Amino acid sequence: MTTSLEQGINTLKRVIDAPIASYFSSCTGCGICSSACIFFTETGDPKYTPIRRVEPMRRIWEQEYTVIGKLKKLIGLAKEVTEQDLKDNVELAFESCTTCGRCSMVCPIGNDIVYMIRRMREGLTAAGLAPKELQAAAVRTMETGSVMGFPMKTLEAMVKAAEEETGIEINIDKPDVDYLLLLSSAEVMQFNEIISSLAKIFKEAGVTWTFSSKAHEAGNPGMHMGASEIEAMMINRIVEAAEELNIKKVISPECGHAYMAIRWEGPNVIGRPYPFEVYHIIEVLDELRAQGKLHTRASSGTVPMTFHDPCQAARRGGVNEPQRNLLNMMSSNFKEMNDSMACNWCCGGGGGMNTIEKAEPLVRKVFHRKRQQIEELDVNIVVTMCATCRNTLEEGVEDNGMDVTVLGLTEVVANHLLKENES
Amino acid sequence: MNEVELLNWARGPGLAYATVFMVFGLTLRVLEILSLGRPKEYAKVRSSGVKEGFRTIIRRNLPEKHCWKYITATYIFHVGLFVVIFFFIPHTQLFKDVFGVFWDGWPNYIIDFFTILSIATMMYVLIQRRVNPARRILSRPSDYFVWLVTFLPLVTGYMAFHRIGPDYTLMLAMHILSVELLMVMLPVTKLVHAVTFAMARYYNGSNAGRKGVKV
Amino acid sequence: MTEERVDKAETLGGSLISNGVSRRTFLKFCSTVASAMALPPAAAKAMAEKLSQATRQSVIWLSFQECTGCTESITRSHKPTLESLIFDFISLDYHHTLQAASGDAAEHAREEAQKKHKGKYILIVDGAIPVKDGGVYSTIAGITNLQMLQDVAKDAMAIVSVGTCAAYGGLPKANPNPTGAVAVSDIVKDKPIINIPGCPPIPVVMTGVLAHVLTFGIPELDSHGRPMAFFGDSIHDRCYRRPFYDKGQFAKGFDDEGARKGWCLFEVGCKGPTTHNACATVKWNNGTSFPIQSGHGCIGCSEPDFWDAGSFYKPLSTGSMNMEGWATGALAAGAAVGVASGLLNSNTKSKAEAKHEPVTLEDMGAKNE
Repeated sequence: MTTSLEQGINTLKRVIDAPIASYFSSCTGCGICSSACIFFTETGDPKYTPIRRVEPMRRIWEQEYTVIGKLKKLIGLAKEVTEQDLKDNVELAFESCTTCGRCSMVCPIGNDIVYMIRRMREGLTAAGLAPKELQAAAVRTMETGSVMGFPMKTLEAMVKAAEEETGIEINIDKPDVDYLLLLSSAEVMQFNEIISSLAKIFKEAGVTWTFSSKAHEAGNPGMHMGASEIEAMMINRIVEAAEELNIKKVISPECGHAYMAIRWEGPNVIGRPYPFEVYHIIEVLDELRAQGKLHTRASSGTVPMTFHDPCQAARRGGVNEPQRNLLNMMSSNFKEMNDSMACNWCCGGGGGMNTIEKAEPLVRKVFHRKRQQIEELDVNIVVTMCATCRNTLEEGVEDNGMDVTVLGLTEVVANHLLKENES
Repeated sequence: MNEVELLNWARGPGLAYATVFMVFGLTLRVLEILSLGRPKEYAKVRSSGVKEGFRTIIRRNLPEKHCWKYITATYIFHVGLFVVIFFFIPHTQLFKDVFGVFWDGWPNYIIDFFTILSIATMMYVLIQRRVNPARRILSRPSDYFVWLVTFLPLVTGYMAFHRIGPDYTLMLAMHILSVELLMVMLPVTKLVHAVTFAMARYYNGSNAGRKGVKV
Repeated sequence: MTEERVDKAETLGGSLISNGVSRRTFLKFCSTVASAMALPPAAAKAMAEKLSQATRQSVIWLSFQECTGCTESITRSHKPTLESLIFDFISLDYHHTLQAASGDAAEHAREEAQKKHKGKYILIVDGAIPVKDGGVYSTIAGITNLQMLQDVAKDAMAIVSVGTCAAYGGLPKANPNPTGAVAVSDIVKDKPIINIPGCPPIPVVMTGVLAHVLTFGIPELDSHGRPMAFFGDSIHDRCYRRPFYDKGQFAKGFDDEGARKGWCLFEVGCKGPTTHNACATVKWNNGTSFPIQSGHGCIGCSEPDFWDAGSFYKPLSTGSMNMEGWATGALAAGAAVGVASGLLNSNTKSKAEAKHEPVTLEDMGAKNE
């Protein structure tokens, strides 16, 4: 298709559903959503009030789907949505929102605002207004299988290196194993020690697993944009890989949005249920822990650490307990942030924001909230389970000269594995 | 039309018209929402989300802890309004008459307290609409009208009960008429949230519940 | 009837004495009336003075669509009352229930009085006036009530509408009002009219107002033409059960604990809060009791349209109409329009679905410089 204003508006009409209609009907304009949004709390600019981000959609809902709106339109009281309205909305829907969904937690009327912002993005993308960085990422992902453009060859080299390091054979495209493991681009690029870590953990637990050359990454820029057809193409690659290899369990990496895409949105965008189940890597590790298959030692001393719950995995994805089980197993000094789990404050870089160049100053500014949360606790280690959060946290820590180390939880588990002679 | 005729009209045809319009409008609004449907859920859910949906309807009655400072006045006003509407003894008689169910009303001094509290907090909320930047940027002219429509029954009710104003019969008529205005405005303005809030909370709660999150 | 023509026997004072009414009884009457009307103490004496000097006032009493309850109220007592003294102060020239004459003689007496006291007689009316179809629904001696009222009112000094029917149309005017009944004030526009509503009115209120008219002229009236002295307060304001209302203690039936304890009757339909009358202070039957005291809520009989204001037994705070049918109808209509609007919505949505073109990678390339 050719993206156009018409297609944008048509998409907004298409995606408005009963929940959205109930949200718009109920909003009283109290503005309390702003108090949950770091882009408002850290800038004080009311334009960032979450519900404002979906104003064009509200107008379309009112004009198309309510008798009152139709009457208003009839007597000329309705303001139609123009191309300029949509253009102006890009800043609010893409460039100052991580779709973290904290606003949805506080709305007194119960509106799931971010549910609407996601649909708003869909409309903007259909109107051809998606940020160019996200568009480029989508093209890259489809061409190379990797959000950041690391082809399978790169992963193969890393697998070889990990095999050499650990002496454990790592499967690629091996059918009938327990798990298909997906990675995130950030892991391939920056945190590739995770491959050998997981190889060790799984070997010890007696779990079989494989990579797939057809789908090695779970990242999904299609989801960020709200281009559901592109999102579906990316999901389908994974589904086909799992089906071909006859694998019943797929592991989503430490990446919040990837988990959201593959675990929750995937079946809906492809329009059928999966023949397999999807787990976040931390859920898998926690299950091994529960089965007594994860042999770790307690942290030496009582180094205080805290955990940053990634929005898409914790608040929006429902992975809240496993990370705590694992941390409490390893650390005697795990401190909860003041707001945690489903109410955690956003890192400020998710939802595609840290790939959008224009948004960079804002991302840096709003990190202030996270900094406060960390500094209150007086900890030097922040653990998380999302590569985007981890990136944002690392940049923020560096930016603010904080004496804090940011770690991925899988990595922390790997570091605490008992050496063979320790058991 | 004198005050007696006004009262008789308000208690008779006025109430009937207002009720008809409100019931008609609310039914329409709710069906309009439902007609848009909900996408089928293909993901393997952690729970059906039904229980969590209903749970959220209840749970959101208490604000998230950070929000108290923004919501206290509004919250008190809503509690006050709820108490005054449902527990003033003459009102309980109305509900008994309309729905056939009866519960005990509360003593007048308690109702008085909540009425004054509601009036005061509503005025504060109006000021906040101008002062709070987020609230101000979201405000449309109709919001001030809606505020007034909600405010009038409180004031006229208070005045009628305390025999303030020209004449009790007239004040009572004004009170009932202002409530009828509120009833008529309920389905056509954002006041509809008095009903649709339950739907919004349900959808939010059940979507999150499917994913195993309590919101 | 100028002063010089009046000899002593023709004054009220003289006639009272000749009728065996003691000065003591007379003064008592005046002070009763004065206190009931909340006049200053000195007024009783002034009233007595004026009354004893006055001549008997000519009164024509017309009864139209009525039940004679008002006449009963003012006349019917087991023993002579102070209130009945009023008949000694007036010359009731026409009252077809009370007068001895009948037929032509009776009508003749009326015409005589109209002629003799032209411009000076007081016209008392009880009952509503049917005006539909030329007023044929009630006639006296072949004259419609409407004609008779217009004819007699023309030369009256003032008109007193006694009872809710005359004052506001009352029962005859109640929905559906088959005779087109109206109040006196709907017909007569150019004469002072005093309304003494009630079904029936309190005897002392009637006599008190008459005494006031005879002595001090027309009393201060409220917006419904009622003398403020008797109708200024609501029953509720003066009710001895008011403290129970304020405390929220209500009888919920006529035979429950609350009823036995004498609690407020609001919940069993008392219309006291919106009813203006003197029942709670003056009471009935020589100050013996009034409806609320005997355990029944006020039905609001001294207010306009009280018969059409819903059930006597439903609280004032409820609607006066049965709205079940209305609400069900509204629900059905809302559902119908809702479903129709819903179908339109589904149509809009499926049209949007049909028009939708997938966003593809080519779209990404197009914008991806």
